[in-house]
Amino acid sequence: MRRRSVVVVGAGPAGLAAADTALAAGADVTLVDSAERPGGQYHRMLPDAYGARAPEAVQHGYRSFERRVRRVLDHPRCSWWAGAEVWALERRDPGGAAPAAPAPSCPPPKVHVLAPAPGGGPRRRHVLEPDALVLATGAHDRVLPFPGWDLPGVCTAGAAQALAKGERVVVGDRVVVAGTGPFLLPVAVSLLEAGSTVVEVVEAGARARVARGWLGRPWELGAQAGKAGELLALTGVLARHRVPYRFGRAVVAARGDGRVEEVVTAAVRADWSVVPGTERAAAVDVVCVGHGFTPRLELPVAAGCALRPGPRGTSEVYVDVDDDQATSSPGVYACGEITGVAGAPAARTEGALAGWLAAGGAPRAGAVRALRRRRDQGRAFARRLAHAHPVGAAWPGWLRPDTVVCRCEETDYATVCAAAQDPTATEARAAKLATRAGLGPCQGRVCGPTIAELRHRHGTGQPPAGPTDPGSHHRPLAQPIRLGELARPPAPPAPDRPDLAHLPPEESGS
Amino acid sequence: MSPRLVPARDDSVRRTDHPLTVTVDGEPVPGIAGQTLAGVLLAAGRTAWRTAGSGAPRGVFCGIGVCFDCLVTVNGERDVRACTRRAHDGDAVTTQSRRSGDPGDARAGERP
Ligand SMILES: Cc1cc2nc3c(=O)[nH]c(=O)nc-3n(C[C@H](O)[C@H](O)[C@H](O)COP(=O)(O)OP(=O)(O)OC[C@H]3O[C@@H](n4cnc5c(N)ncnc54)[C@H](O)[C@@H]3O)c2cc1C
Ligand code: FES
Repeated sequence: MRRRSVVVVGAGPAGLAAADTALAAGADVTLVDSAERPGGQYHRMLPDAYGARAPEAVQHGYRSFERRVRRVLDHPRCSWWAGAEVWALERRDPGGAAPAAPAPSCPPPKVHVLAPAPGGGPRRRHVLEPDALVLATGAHDRVLPFPGWDLPGVCTAGAAQALAKGERVVVGDRVVVAGTGPFLLPVAVSLLEAGSTVVEVVEAGARARVARGWLGRPWELGAQAGKAGELLALTGVLARHRVPYRFGRAVVAARGDGRVEEVVTAAVRADWSVVPGTERAAAVDVVCVGHGFTPRLELPVAAGCALRPGPRGTSEVYVDVDDDQATSSPGVYACGEITGVAGAPAARTEGALAGWLAAGGAPRAGAVRALRRRRDQGRAFARRLAHAHPVGAAWPGWLRPDTVVCRCEETDYATVCAAAQDPTATEARAAKLATRAGLGPCQGRVCGPTIAELRHRHGTGQPPAGPTDPGSHHRPLAQPIRLGELARPPAPPAPDRPDLAHLPPEESGS
Repeated sequence: MSPRLVPARDDSVRRTDHPLTVTVDGEPVPGIAGQTLAGVLLAAGRTAWRTAGSGAPRGVFCGIGVCFDCLVTVNGERDVRACTRRAHDGDAVTTQSRRSGDPGDARAGERP
């Protein structure tokens, strides 16, 4: 019998775990990531050229991660495609255009990959036709706009983290880390470790609500207790460095001449309306901001996967998956932060389940039952985090009419509101063309959820298309491709080899 | 001057640096092998290198290839994300501008 072939897109905690269990279940696995090294955002590795002798110094859980990397990448049935981008998925349903319910036997989409040519030279185009496809493309920071957020020196919390962890560059000397969510903590700690002065960590959520979300009903945490413990340890580091961790405050403006020189924070109520008279300015050279995460949905949408609203409200959507991590698109599985945000351990568990089942592993083995239980705890943890760190509905209160909302096209708040109220542009697409918001090089990846929310809020006439409407996440090219690369004929997919079926050690315990 | 590389002698990851040089609009800028172009530019104290349509300066925002704020031209290749491209010794980086009339006006070469 021919072995099952599984393509895994994304080698973060979720994708690596998926590759590991798919190999354990006996499949041929192709693991693709646009980064040169596996690990994704959580385990961002230092470049080989750094010759780091103690990489674990900036990595939580490095040893077990390294074991897994070696087990997966050295496996005879795994081909690891580093620095390779999946730029399109091509559906194989009859007719190609979205039928209401494709036949369950229909194979998953063809996977179009641009991979570096061995020995350098222009990237090569490949087309993979797997029996199952696992999507684990992760998320990027969501940042709400505020006046001055387009000044150099304002960056996402993730950017500061990626630079510090991934190449030992510190973004600045005096930094304020702000927004909402537990992710602000590891970022602040990385900056401290790399030698910045963290002026303060500013969390918009109220202290009691955050504490309840992380630590309340600890018996429900189960496998997520480790993550809660990690967060507590990080607050300990802040305390040791005497970095204030302030709750119920938000960044409402950044100022400076050609780059940020000053950040203004203010007390906010539960709905994030600004309490007048509480504004305070601090001299900084960098402001790192994150208001949660936006899942990378272009590939799931291209595959025809149904979406569902997230627990934080209507402007955030995720891939809808069932008890098997299967999406609504036959043969396509999803795992990690594209299905919900609960941190790396939860992403790993989802990946392990998705990989095993995608590869045709026994669905009811004891270890799989334990995995499902841990996955459910992860999902519950995602809901807890979302509940602890909601985006307050009154945040647009800190915008000014001329505040840039779409960074690429520099569309301002007043223009977005006017378009939302224009009865001739009720359709999102027409509004996009009129304002150009979301039409720049980033294709709305940064401003998309914000524009959707503002249109929803200010719209008159017909309600705009719901956020679970895949239209707003549809990008014909998931990654930029150059015309020359498109013109070249595809190179053949790389070949592979054999083995047996049991879950790897990390996943077989409960 | 604020962004910088953690000095190798103080770095807890115990790395060994191999220097390289790129040029930015013709001016030599030092870096180390393994850095991204964005890392090289930041560590050299540059916080902005692209010009938006209004003339506003732009540098790194997302740091992971999502926002396209950091676009540069590298060895003649347009619209390269500096935050995801590894620097190579001798890379000729030119800055881009979307302000009409500027020498590096990118609108002409923009993708659909
Ligand atoms: C910049 C950043 C830094 C973070 N750092 C931390 C941290 O230090 N601590 C923490 O607790 N949490 C961190 N997080 C949160 C983090 O998202 C999760 O903890 C965890 O990494 C999620 O795992 P994942 O496997 O779902 O996705 P990710 O880790 O995001 O992995 C997704 C992978 O898919 C790849 N990919 C995406 N699209 C494509 C494509 N089209 N073609 C090929 N490859 C593709 C990406 O390159 C990436 O490697 C960070 C998030 C961000 C955005
Ligand atoms: S900083 Fe966002 S793409 Fe480079």
